[in-house]
Parts: sequence; structure tokens; C-alpha cells
Amino acid sequence: MKKSYYQPEDLSKFKNISDWSPELGAKFFEYYNTVFEEGALSAREKSLIALAVAHVVHCPYCIDAYTKDGLQRGIAKEEMMEAVHVGAAIQSGATLVHGVQMMGIHDKLSM
Amino acid sequence: MKQSLRARSNPLAKTDTQQAQLSAGPFADGSLPTFEAQLQQHRLPAIRPKTLEILQLNMGYMCNQVCAHCHVDAGPDRKEKMSRQILQKCLDLLSSTDIHTLDLTGGAPEMHPDFRWFVAEARKRGVRDLIVRSNLTILRANKSYKELPAFFAEQGVHVVSSLPFYKREKTDRQRGEGVFGQSIEALQVLNELGYGKEGSDLKLDLVYNPSGAFLPGDQTALEHDFKKALQEDFGIVFNQLFALTNLPISRFLDYLIASENFEDYMHALVEAFNPAAVAQVMCTNTLSVSHEGYLYDCDFNQMLGMPVASAIQHIDNFDIDLLAQRKIEISQHCYGCTAGNGSSCQGAMT
Ligand code: SF4
Ligand code: SF4
Repeated sequence: MKKSYYQPEDLSKFKNISDWSPELGAKFFEYYNTVFEEGALSAREKSLIALAVAHVVHCPYCIDAYTKDGLQRGIAKEEMMEAVHVGAAIQSGATLVHGVQMMGIHDKLSM
Repeated sequence: MKQSLRARSNPLAKTDTQQAQLSAGPFADGSLPTFEAQLQQHRLPAIRPKTLEILQLNMGYMCNQVCAHCHVDAGPDRKEKMSRQILQKCLDLLSSTDIHTLDLTGGAPEMHPDFRWFVAEARKRGVRDLIVRSNLTILRANKSYKELPAFFAEQGVHVVSSLPFYKREKTDRQRGEGVFGQSIEALQVLNELGYGKEGSDLKLDLVYNPSGAFLPGDQTALEHDFKKALQEDFGIVFNQLFALTNLPISRFLDYLIASENFEDYMHALVEAFNPAAVAQVMCTNTLSVSHEGYLYDCDFNQMLGMPVASAIQHIDNFDIDLLAQRKIEISQHCYGCTAGNGSSCQGAMT
């Protein structure tokens, strides 16, 4: 048995999810591909958003894919890192804002 | 300064070592199909030449730069250069055939002592498109080379220049410290002479190739980004951007192996295989001549020591009809020409 839950080669097998559910698979990939087309946001901007979200959801496959995508698009490493910080800031902010809940409960229960 | 593989006695300086490497690893254990098997799987016939339109001359391996990705293994220590006799034979070919495009490459072709004479003579023979592949920094190297842009303009030379990125850092990492600044100066001089300007006949194209083990993105999008950045930051204009895939040859192959990227890179190339690109690879209308006068299907095959599969192997006994009957010599490096939208010396093809 392999020693990791994640296998890098699984990324290229992503399309195989359609094998056991062709209709839903096809719908998903059509949706996915449409989302990343040029639109009100450029494909370049979407790539950076995807990279940030990939970090927030801790997906090693997406981090691999969107780092390469960024390189191919000529996105600079500084831009990539700033995108990751945006994701990290929102994630830590989301944690910290719950501190207000904690403070409220604390104060309600305290004399 | 870095040195060529040859000067470092690196085993990959030898063409048979490179050829063996291209058939090893994933291609030997069957985890990836060879290029030949891939063509067969797609029911594509062997690649054959169409009408010969372009003669590409490798004038020699000397270069003022030692780029990390160079597939020629060029550098200041490489002294090989085309003799006047071979140059004359090439001129004769221009007169006796319908070849309409001459593509001068190297190394830095400008460093060849007969360069100016040859360009002027080729012009006299009515070449329609006379391409010089310039690394740009050579045009700033010393007083004599600084006169070259004006000479190019006078001769109507079509300048195709390599600029790996529109920002300093990536360019200098791939091509060497200070390369970006000098390249920008050279481009500004070319622009002042009318190169790359709208309505001008003087064509200036840029070549982009990725600075690492990844494939180039969409050529149109990259061209847009290059144009915007170079215009805004430096006031530079140019005609077209060609996005080229790095082929796993020579120094780029050495880099792939040393950085443990060889297998992944070959996987990426094979995954990006585009059957539609096969019919348009550049070997179908180009012939490459080495500094010694030997004939190759392309500059890449020349660097891998894979001469044309024909009874005619040298410019001395050139026979256009016999050469037209040959099959193109292929190996796994050809995946670099058929990845995604395809990549030729003219960039994306499909
Ligand atoms: S890539 Fe071009 S400029 Fe760089 S070393 Fe090779 S021949 Fe010279
Ligand atoms: S590497 Fe040369 S022979 Fe192979 S497909 Fe490309 S141009 Fe043709």
C-alpha cells in the first residue's frame, strides 16, 4: 500500500470521476471550464483567485495545478504570494471574528 | 560566467548521450508512448516534408551569452563556424531554388566574421524574408555591433529576438545578469529605426520561452501582456510574440535532469500532445544547415546529431527532389513541437 493519502498522479486522473457518473461528471466539467473562461473577470484574475482558494481549502492538487497555470500565464511569484495572503487573511479573519461571539458569551455569563 | 556543457565536459555534450536519455525512463518502461507510437495511436502517417520554403542556417555556436536553457549549447567558448565556402553554397541555393525565406541562427549569427557580407549577398538574391535571430545583447556589445541595427534596417532584415519575459528578474535568471537591461536598450534602438512600428516594413518579433520546467501559456494572452508591459514601462513596440516550448535538448535537458523535472516535463509534453499540430511542425517546410554544411530536418535534430534520412546529407550534393522524398527523423523531443497549440520557430501553429 502506498504511504500517502494523496498521489500526485491522481491529478491527471481527475477526469476519471466521470467514469462512475458520466452525466454528473460531464455537467461538472462543463461548468468548471465555463467558470474559468474570460468574462467580466479575466482568466488571469480567475487563476489567481483559484490559487488563493486552493490554499484556503488545503487542496494539494489545486495548488499544483494553479501554480503551474500561473507560471504559464506569466504571473509573477509576488502576485501568487499576495493571492495566498489574501486567502490567509480572510481565513484568519474568519477565525478571529468568532472572537466577538466568544466575548459576548463570556460577558453574558460573567458577573 | 557559466560555461557550455562542452567546456564542462558534461556527458550531455555528446549527442548519443542525449539521444539515449530521450528514450530512457518513462519511454523505456512503457509508462509513456514514444513519439512514433503516439503518431501510430492517432493513426497519423510518418511526417514528410512539403514544399521547401525556409532555409535555416546555423552559422556557428559562438555566442556572447550562455543561457541556461540553450538547446545549442552555445557560448563564448564555442568556436565552430560556417566556412565561406558553405555560405557561398547557401547563396547558390537561394538562386537556384524557390526558397523564399532565409533564417539565420546560431549561437549569435552576428558574431560570424562574414555575417554582413552574407546578409548583403543574400539580399541581392531576392530573398523575400531574411530573418536574423538576435539575442539583442549582442547589439549592445561593442561599437561595431552597435552599428548592426542600422545595417539591419538598411537591408530590410526581419529581426526575431528572444526576450524571455517583460520583467528583469526572470530574464536575467534564464539568460544571465544584466541581459534584461541591455535587451531593452537594443529594442529601443530598433524602435527608433522604425522596427516594430505600425505601418513600417521593418518587422520586429519577440520570442518568449518559459524560464523553467513548464509549458508556455496561450500565445495571444502572453502577447497582450508583453505588449502592454513593454509599452507602459519602456515605450517599446513590436509586431508579434512567438511563444515557444523548450525542447528537452542540450542545456535544457541537463537542467531538467539536474532539477529532477525530466519525467514530469515529459509527462506534461505527452499530455499536451495535439494531433492537429503534427501536420504543421516546422520541419515540413524548413531545412536546417549546420556550420559544416550537413542537412537536418530542423535545428533541434541538428543538435541531437540526427541528420536527414536521405542519400543527400550535405549541401555539396543538394537535390531538392530527392530530399523531398525523405521521412522526417523523429524522437521524443518532437513532443515539444506538438504540445498544446504546437510550437515552431514561428510560435503557436494551430
Ligand atoms: S539561447 Fe541563444 S542567446 Fe542564449 S546561449 Fe543559446 S544561442 Fe546564445
Ligand atoms: S523537433 Fe524537429 S523533427 Fe521533430 S517535429 Fe519538431 S521540427 Fe520536426
